[in-house]
Amino acid sequence: MSEQIDENLRSELQRQGVWVTSMQELYNWGRKNSIWPLQFGLACCAIEMIATAASRYDIARFGGEIFRPSPRQADLMIVAGTVTKKMAPQIVRLYNQMPDPKYVISMGACAISGGPFKQGYNVLKGIDRYIPVDVYIPGCPPRPEALLHAFMELQRKIDNQKLSGSEKAEFLKPEQPSEFPVPAFGDHDLNPPANPKVYHPPKLERQS
Amino acid sequence: MTPNPYLFIVIFAGIALVFPLLPLGLAWLWRRFFQPPKPGAQKNAIYECGVESIGDAHVQFQSQYYLYAIIFLIFDVEAIFLVPFAVAFTNLPVGAFIAILVFLLLLIEGLVWAWAKGCLNWAK
Repeated sequence: MSEQIDENLRSELQRQGVWVTSMQELYNWGRKNSIWPLQFGLACCAIEMIATAASRYDIARFGGEIFRPSPRQADLMIVAGTVTKKMAPQIVRLYNQMPDPKYVISMGACAISGGPFKQGYNVLKGIDRYIPVDVYIPGCPPRPEALLHAFMELQRKIDNQKLSGSEKAEFLKPEQPSEFPVPAFGDHDLNPPANPKVYHPPKLERQS
Repeated sequence: MTPNPYLFIVIFAGIALVFPLLPLGLAWLWRRFFQPPKPGAQKNAIYECGVESIGDAHVQFQSQYYLYAIIFLIFDVEAIFLVPFAVAFTNLPVGAFIAILVFLLLLIEGLVWAWAKGCLNWAK
């Protein structure tokens, strides 16, 4: 909501048929209703993503049906499935190649933490070790409704992003990086195993 | 007074120009005043499939491929010219007839040459 105009005046004007808006609202309205996802799937969650894009669940109702095959044209990366250590560098590189503003949905238990394959020697324990994630969806795999819910959460987030001032969105800050270091596929693990600037693991506090 | 019939084409061309240029201009203004540029080595990379490209894009093709070009000219491009030639054959002026004969002769020469080179043999 804009700070410049009184809410009562605004609704009164609206009743009279005058629609007042701000640059920020117009911009965010346009952005949130045309989120183009990057077209790739990693594992079984991708099947649910495909179902979400198909006619029964129809992500087109939210403006997200244009799956782009090129990261240059995509706004949203849906990490749908198990990220293997072999695949993680490619995912980060694709994320780096997306233009700002860009968002990430971490779909399913595997993309969040490795899920049921967490103990696997070749499974990355969460894509948030390398790239910032906006919305996490639990589930194995999450149902299409869950993906739609995440999509709406993302829309809500975009709608609330500020374009100016000190609280403006991250992608508008010049000091905020748009590219993140790509891990190298090493002999035993990815190198480095996590990006400390991005990854903030939850701290365990035990009461003794 | 009726307007010039070409006026509509001018209007159409004007709209066709403004329609794509206006959003592009707005996007440019937006980038100029709000969005800080964040270029990077990977963002500006030419290849965009998540995989690093190997080697140089400026690879040389071997000159032997000219044989394919000759065969293509003889059997594909010539056929396109032969059909209208055959249709209009009966009322062609002498000049056109000679011109097409010269054209055919040049390509037949190429055919003979390719034949002599062994291009028409099946690879064993």
